[in-house]
Amino acid sequence: MSIQEVSTEQATEMITCVIDGFEITVPKGTLVIRAAEKLGIQIPRFCDHPLLEPAGACRQCLVDIEINGRAFPKPQASCTIPVENGMIVKTQLTSPVADKAQKGIMELLLINHPLDCPVCDKGGECPLQNQAMSTGRSESRFEGIKRTFEKPVAISSQVLLDRERCVLCARCTRFSEQIAGDPFITLNERGALQQVGIYEDEPFDSYYSGNTVQICPVGALTGTSYRFRARPFDLVSTKSACEHCASGCDMRTDVRRGKTLRRLAGDDTDVNEEWNCDKGRWAFKYEVAKNRITVPMIRDENGQLQEASWPEALAAAAAGLKHVKAGVLVGGRATIEDAYGYSKFARITLGTNNIDFRARTSSSEELDFLASTPLTATYKDIDRADHVVLINFEPEDESPIVFLRIYKQVHKRAIKVTSIAPFASRGTKKLNANLVKAAAGNEISAITELNELSSKSVVLIGERLAETPGALFAITQLIAKSGAKLGWIPRRAGERGAIMAGAASNILPGNRLVTDNSARVDIATVWSSDSLPSDPGLNTNEIINSSLDAVLIGGVDPMDISADAKIKLSKKFIVSLEIRQSDITDIANVVLPVAAVVEKSGSFMDWQGKVRSFEAAVEQSLNRSDVRILSMLADEIGKPINLPTVKAAKSEFDSIGNWDGSKVAMKSVSNEPRKTVGNDEAVLNSWRNLLDKGSLQDGEDNLAGTARKSVVVISPDRAAKLGVKEDQLVRVSNDYGAITLPCKVLDIEESSVWLPRNSVSSQLIRNLGVVSNSIVKVAKA
Amino acid sequence: MADEIMPKSDEFGLAKADQSKAPITNHNSSSFGKQLLGFWVTFKTMFKKVNTVQYPEVKEPTAERFHGRHQLNRHPDGLEKCIGCELCAWACPADAIYVEGADNKEGEQFSPGERYGKVYQINYLRCIFCGLCIEACPTRALTMTNEYELADDTRAKLIFEKDDLLGPLRAGMVPPPHPMYPNTDDGNYYRGEVTGSHPSQGIAKND
Repeated sequence: MSIQEVSTEQATEMITCVIDGFEITVPKGTLVIRAAEKLGIQIPRFCDHPLLEPAGACRQCLVDIEINGRAFPKPQASCTIPVENGMIVKTQLTSPVADKAQKGIMELLLINHPLDCPVCDKGGECPLQNQAMSTGRSESRFEGIKRTFEKPVAISSQVLLDRERCVLCARCTRFSEQIAGDPFITLNERGALQQVGIYEDEPFDSYYSGNTVQICPVGALTGTSYRFRARPFDLVSTKSACEHCASGCDMRTDVRRGKTLRRLAGDDTDVNEEWNCDKGRWAFKYEVAKNRITVPMIRDENGQLQEASWPEALAAAAAGLKHVKAGVLVGGRATIEDAYGYSKFARITLGTNNIDFRARTSSSEELDFLASTPLTATYKDIDRADHVVLINFEPEDESPIVFLRIYKQVHKRAIKVTSIAPFASRGTKKLNANLVKAAAGNEISAITELNELSSKSVVLIGERLAETPGALFAITQLIAKSGAKLGWIPRRAGERGAIMAGAASNILPGNRLVTDNSARVDIATVWSSDSLPSDPGLNTNEIINSSLDAVLIGGVDPMDISADAKIKLSKKFIVSLEIRQSDITDIANVVLPVAAVVEKSGSFMDWQGKVRSFEAAVEQSLNRSDVRILSMLADEIGKPINLPTVKAAKSEFDSIGNWDGSKVAMKSVSNEPRKTVGNDEAVLNSWRNLLDKGSLQDGEDNLAGTARKSVVVISPDRAAKLGVKEDQLVRVSNDYGAITLPCKVLDIEESSVWLPRNSVSSQLIRNLGVVSNSIVKVAKA
Repeated sequence: MADEIMPKSDEFGLAKADQSKAPITNHNSSSFGKQLLGFWVTFKTMFKKVNTVQYPEVKEPTAERFHGRHQLNRHPDGLEKCIGCELCAWACPADAIYVEGADNKEGEQFSPGERYGKVYQINYLRCIFCGLCIEACPTRALTMTNEYELADDTRAKLIFEKDDLLGPLRAGMVPPPHPMYPNTDDGNYYRGEVTGSHPSQGIAKND
């Protein structure tokens, strides 16, 4: 049992001790170094990290300790010793012995440390540099030859290791083992030759490797993409939010002369603690991609897009949207303010409820579920849970910080985890989860058979559950029966916020139902409108298949929805608000450029409903958020929405508040009959890997280097039947197309075959036209 | 009284003269000799060595340690000494220096070691020629020349790029990028153990 564990569980018992002559009372189990911090006494340290288990590896924090008159014979590491009653601690400030010991350790650490601060990325923000100034000698007494290693060694495509600089604090190895559960990095050898290394046959392809760079107290681990790009004093740091998934990480964006150079994990104990994933850290070059759109464009008579002025483009867009039947596709990445702008624009300016935020496979059952079901789970609930159930949700790939949170409890308390999935992914194995195998479409029986759930249990479902008709209804019944906390975790950052902002056909802002009269009156009052449309609007699929004349689109990839979405949309008048050239640009009649996340302010709502606001990180940005463009467009059409700034949208949205009216119970949905699969057939299943062909990861080659290899997962039986061995090619096909990839033989549900949804040479909608719950042929290639 | 020059006030510390109100006149016959004496000074100067320098045709050498335009130096084999560490920019009190570092590619080095200065700019509209950047430079890449003719007609021209600042390629130097001298590391370069280029590094300049 670790010392930190004690501190959380028995927090009530208090201990009084004396540090440097000052008395302090702290909870039992508090480490001496932490108690000293509370008094404002800074003890130098390298290996100590509040979120990692104590190691006592660097010995820099030595202090003199005496308990009840009996002194330790030698100075002790204050990062490994918890305080006790009657303990008298003397730090370097009052004890010459401790001071001398610390200076000696510093001299020892610097003996083999190279003098390459001028070329080191850590220079200027380096704990070793700082503490060498506070605790070290000004002149070196060392006259020998420093130990040298080859430098730098790439331990993955995105992390470089310089072993000469390492002070063997074991922060990186402890992080990998205790926080990420990927022990691909470890300390090798002994004595002067001890060094950080990776296993030869297993590359360091952790999704969380960037954190080791951030917590390295020297420049031993550096990121490839930030290598030699800037010094800390060049950078302007802004607090920001991560736009990559619904985990909701606090972030810091560092900008040099208008260019984002790096993003670091921020510190939010309620969400990401001090960690983030590699996608959030290293995928930001999309905003400076070559195909960035900077000026408005209008399609001319010859079908060519021509650059235009803003007034021209707005007039053209207004002409196309005025007096016609129109719909709005918001996309899953809008900020709350932008989603609110789309919601108001649809209702006031276009006079319709044809609006949907879901640019993915979706169902109307899902909208009904989201409008009727309270989502109650939070990260804190995971911390307290006795049992976490994951249904069609792969936390490591689809919401990596949720994975870290569950893993923390698995590592600490060995809590029970159950996963309903076709096979045990790497993440599921790390969580030591109890796997309930289910083919796509057959999850319902597994859901109804779940028992042993209590009010302390947490059920986390992914957006993919909407792909199985009736599954979401089964979830509401499961929650009603067990009283467990429910979390719906979409992949994209804007989806939960879009629901709150009413960017869906059946919901108005603040979770109000379109069908409810008093709810409509509420919103109509705020919007100073006589009435709002009351008919149920069209959802994403219906908008695409409908005979609507025009569609307003905000950053949607039609290939996320269906294979024929682009062709169907091309028959309509399209106004597109986007940051880069896309498939929608090809068919748009008017293109209006908008700001990327680092250039605008706004807020995202994470999966637990927590709002994180951020300001524009790039100086002198126009903050051209979607909502400002929509407001101008609404003025042009003549039905203004009066949201000229992000701030105005935020304050109006905040003034609306949540609905206190009663919710309508979810309508029951009938299950699909089980699919029968032939001998050479299988039920397709898939999810998106964290690092894949997502458009926000474009241009990040170093990041792509650690993406997991695309494989077809088949069962041992099927492999035997097909006569293929691991890594041999297997062809998965249907009437639409085919994918041929090396296979991986795993204990997957017998009738299933799994492919990554949007990875290299496996883009399912493009290649097969379907993503899951569909029969495909499997053959040896 | 028109020729009388009245001391104006005690503005110039002439309070005493002011009090006496004594007129200073120049029509005294004995003052002619004094005038001649005055012209004698002028006359004598005609035979002295002239102090005027016919600038810009003639240029006087500056003091040896005059702080003039900067120069980015090279190692004897042509590699740049600058490693792009930005310590000069950090030391600059006028914020006149802008540096961006970059990664040296194996075999296509600009400087010895891992890092080189990809962008190097000094803004001479800002520079105050204090020389703190030279003190900060860990590789002696940045030094100051005695050149002082820095006037120009646009602001843009006064922002000197790396190409403007780099020292010339002398005989025996190979223009970078090229590999490091065989079997050496950056330490050998800093200790001055590389004294020229090696044929494997490329064709050296020969004049």
